Amino acid sequence: MGRTVVTGIGVVAPSGIGAEQHWSCTLRGELRVSPIERFDATRYGTTLAGQVPDFRPEDFVDDRLQVQTDRWTWLALAQARLALDDAGYDPTTVDPYQTAVILGSGSGGNEFGQREIGALWNRGPRSVTPYQSIAWFYAASTGQLSIRHGTKGPSGVIVSDAAGGLDSLGHARRVIRRGTPTVLAGGAEAPLSPYALACQVTTGRLTRAPDPRDGYKPFDVRANGYAPGEGGAVLVLEDAEAAARRGSPAYGEVAGYAATHDAHHHQRPAPDARQYARAMCLAIADAGLTPDDVDLVVADGAGSPDLDRLEAQAIHRTFGERAAWVPVTAPQGLLGRLCSGGAPLNVATALLAIRDGLAPPTGNLDNPDPAHRLDLVRGTPRRMPVHVVLVVARGHGGFNSAVVVRRHSEGEDRP
Amino acid sequence: VTARRRSGITGIGVVAPGGTNRKEFWRLLTSGRTATRRISLFDPSAFRSQIAAECDFDPVAAGLTVREVHRLDRFIQFALVAADEAVEDSGLDLDLVADRTAVCMGSAVGATTRLEDEYVLVSDRGREWLVDPRYATSFLYDALVPSSLATELACRFHAHGPAMVVSTGCTSGLDAVGQAHQLIADGEADVVVTGAADAPISPISMACFDAIRATTARNDDPGGASRPFDAGRDGFVMGEGAAVLVVESLEHARRRGAEVYAEILGYANRCNAYHMTGLRPDGVEMAAAITAALDEARLDPTAVSYVNAHGSGTRQNDRHETAAVKLSLGEHAYRVPMSSIKSMVGHSLGAIGSIEVAACAFAIEHGVVPPTANWERRDPDCDLDYVPKTARELPVDVALSVGSGFGGFQSAILLGRPGPAARGEG
Repeated sequence: MGRTVVTGIGVVAPSGIGAEQHWSCTLRGELRVSPIERFDATRYGTTLAGQVPDFRPEDFVDDRLQVQTDRWTWLALAQARLALDDAGYDPTTVDPYQTAVILGSGSGGNEFGQREIGALWNRGPRSVTPYQSIAWFYAASTGQLSIRHGTKGPSGVIVSDAAGGLDSLGHARRVIRRGTPTVLAGGAEAPLSPYALACQVTTGRLTRAPDPRDGYKPFDVRANGYAPGEGGAVLVLEDAEAAARRGSPAYGEVAGYAATHDAHHHQRPAPDARQYARAMCLAIADAGLTPDDVDLVVADGAGSPDLDRLEAQAIHRTFGERAAWVPVTAPQGLLGRLCSGGAPLNVATALLAIRDGLAPPTGNLDNPDPAHRLDLVRGTPRRMPVHVVLVVARGHGGFNSAVVVRRHSEGEDRP
Repeated sequence: VTARRRSGITGIGVVAPGGTNRKEFWRLLTSGRTATRRISLFDPSAFRSQIAAECDFDPVAAGLTVREVHRLDRFIQFALVAADEAVEDSGLDLDLVADRTAVCMGSAVGATTRLEDEYVLVSDRGREWLVDPRYATSFLYDALVPSSLATELACRFHAHGPAMVVSTGCTSGLDAVGQAHQLIADGEADVVVTGAADAPISPISMACFDAIRATTARNDDPGGASRPFDAGRDGFVMGEGAAVLVVESLEHARRRGAEVYAEILGYANRCNAYHMTGLRPDGVEMAAAITAALDEARLDPTAVSYVNAHGSGTRQNDRHETAAVKLSLGEHAYRVPMSSIKSMVGHSLGAIGSIEVAACAFAIEHGVVPPTANWERRDPDCDLDYVPKTARELPVDVALSVGSGFGGFQSAILLGRPGPAARGEG
């Protein structure tokens, strides 16, 4: 089957706007989790989050469209624009059916939805804006991206909580293999509105620490829950031959993908990590590789002691003895967990690690929990050849997804 | 290119207005009766559209525990009941194929009803946001993320394969089945529990369609309010429900000697890249989806024996869709019967796509095409054979079901009678 490569990266995340801002923040290990600024969060139990600094929606979305859409869609529109610019690809210059949009979607247009429910219950049905019908539902961003960029290909919206961003890449690959050469895939999340935060705290998985340095600390002995965050990444995925025909360089290949479900309990993860490990193994096998070929693991890093332990267990199941020395990182410790936006951002990070031969450090990690027996990248970036990266993600309820990205040799796919 | 594996439907469960299991559902469709009525789930007096197709659904009588009812939004309750029926119907012991069983479910609006109810609780009926966060249920995150639907089904059937919710608005249910078909085709699973569920008869959902006048205002005539393709149509009637299908690789079904309702012959979707709610009258993108599905099935347009329409009953949709069918099927469009079951069971947003696929499977099984209820007067822009009012006996070898939704999504799926060929290969 044809290969799928990534030719464009569009990041809007707490680490910055654009892939290079994200990458330099990640390499510097600059903590971007901070007290929530957009509303008074003191009564929610969780006051920390990863917020996109200096995001000006007007740079990407005109006034008229801003009124019709949620912040979640603004972030996605910005990511898509950056990704297309990066790829040097403009869907409006080719057959409109040659491009599709497939996004992971976690919770939809939260701020917009809350405002309209409030309007309905305070002032009655007539006070609900007509845009409610198109702004909050889970397909809103995908639809808007398709309209903005004139794409008529087989678009999709995949929801599997925080695993959904990887599942969108998996589905994009299915679509590319069926003959649509280019897909915008990935996702954004905007969960930092009052009602959405109230929903998130009910899981008991969020940090309650007031100081960002004490908050989200994946794999640390002091792991105590995560900070939510906004943003994510949209990637341009292309059939490798089509990209080569365009003369477009590729960051790397989406070489393997797999997903499993714990099917254990609607809120608690399976205690044996068997299915999580199976997703990792299947993705590596799907890439035609073995665990020995993996140079770096970008972990889910949920930041709770039990979930971190299960992830370490899954890595041990997958890599056997090598688990103790395959480098593992979770740079999102700097940014918070971005639900369906988080994993595509980690894929972007993995591709940049391949490009520069640098493994970025785990975010906000002071004292790795020795019980995990993992070689966590800490402190400063580790210079090393990076050819193959395993990126994994879990979603609330038991979703496990894994993607393998691999260095792409130019010329391999010249027609 | 390696040959793709073929897939078929081996189990069906339905919770729909007027029929909360598959037999009652099919009986309603073939009777031509309508299940639309004045809304009883809340007081609709302040709303422009006060009609819906509601399910007479008793979750405990249908087999759910009191704890499940307490924990889960109505849309997931529908899905669980429909899934129990579908899995039992398939005769599969899913524990034997756990790692190879996927869950791929559609929903357009997820647990909005629950989210609204809880909002009302924590805000003193909207008067003051967050009176006390502790008033909220501890399952609030499960309501925030519609992925809970896939989780609940995976847990219920111990399905360890890929799990996801497809949420492409009003084509979610059709797209979920189409993606299930792709998961089988690509060898990612042998069995997929698929389908869709939605329970959007709530104040916020009704208000949001009121605001754009997409729903009917024919409040004095609930039974006649959903009038797809009729000259007097004035908007859709909100519905609710779920259909769950067990989709299986034909080879897997044959090995265990399972009955196959229908083979999934082809699926495709496109976007109109035009407008979030508006449709260009020419129907070009829906036609492109139909043509692509026919290409996958390697079928000529004349092979289609029945078209199950999206037929929502809005002015623009029915015109758009009629044009799309003419564009893709050519002269055959005038000969092939085309009906909308939304005339009877309303438009349950994401769920309806799967409910319609179930209807197509039954049409193939029974050789009966359901009618378009309430069709009385011809619209010059809608001049096809819409099977008015009465079901029609007709051998159905190939059924085409189409969907169209906000965001510009256009989808088409083809189901075929499982012939000897379907049993012989795989």
